[in-house]
Amino acid sequence: MAFDSFGAFIVMEGHGPYVWACYFMFFLLMGALALWSLRQRRSVFAQQRRRMNSAPARDQSPAGASFTRIEPSHD
Amino acid sequence: MWQIFHKLGSPKWFFGIASTLMPWLLWVGLALMVAGIGWGLAFAPQDYLQGNSYRIIFIHVPSAFLAQSVYMMMAVAGLVTLVWRMKLADVFVKAVAPVGAVLTFLALFTGAVWGKPTWGTWWIWDARLTSMLILLFLYFGVIALGAAISDEKSSARAVAVLVLVGVVNIPIIKYSVEWWNTLHQPATFKLTEKPSMPAEMWVPLLLSVLGLYLIFGWLTCLRMQTEILVREGRTRWVKELVQAGGN
Repeated sequence: MAFDSFGAFIVMEGHGPYVWACYFMFFLLMGALALWSLRQRRSVFAQQRRRMNSAPARDQSPAGASFTRIEPSHD
Repeated sequence: MWQIFHKLGSPKWFFGIASTLMPWLLWVGLALMVAGIGWGLAFAPQDYLQGNSYRIIFIHVPSAFLAQSVYMMMAVAGLVTLVWRMKLADVFVKAVAPVGAVLTFLALFTGAVWGKPTWGTWWIWDARLTSMLILLFLYFGVIALGAAISDEKSSARAVAVLVLVGVVNIPIIKYSVEWWNTLHQPATFKLTEKPSMPAEMWVPLLLSVLGLYLIFGWLTCLRMQTEILVREGRTRWVKELVQAGGN
């Protein structure tokens, strides 16, 4: 351990706020990116499932192609 | 060789491989990051000149490293899109651009916060910092251009051209600390030389760089899978996958 106590570890001889602000921002943004990406994939799956359940008849009909664009939610 | 290349272009094949790789990438990546950051924060010795503020290096260098290499990977994928019209290459570019933007922002943010106690200023318009800011804008440009063109093929080509034009910025970032006078210190790792810091400092740094690489791999697989699902929604294998209850 490079520090004598937990308190010294937090304070880091006055550099604590700088160091911890960086680590906070890093984990916040990387975590948000991971969660957003996971939710995006889940919502695309849910959307596909809804579409398949709601229009099974249309898929089998000989009518021309339809171009439904799926928009994943960006929340 | 051509067979591998052909297979790589198949979204279905990629989807399967990505699903197998993802748990490994995530957990090994997280373990390496926790080890590297924990070691760097609590156990690595203090820097004799910068004190404890240098501990920001354990996330600053991985973010900056990845921010540039993600752009290089995008440039290779852009070239593949233009030359071979491989769809998966465009899927890659679209999937990783937001990740690259976040990493570039983190490199800039952690750099600015590190600059305050070390240089006495948050920001200075010198070559390294300015070229990194340009990289951030390039990422924004790629994201915006990709979203603005709805036709898949035109969008793929336009984005690939923009990525390839922007690649000129990468050597500028890399050599900015050597070509111009700057407050920024030279590169920590060089392929040809031994690191200038002791092992207690560079080993945890290497661990967190590797860890972030693997986590980036996980994010890439995840985001590419989403993009593939959107694009291939009408194909039979995606319908089967959805019916099988994947998520």
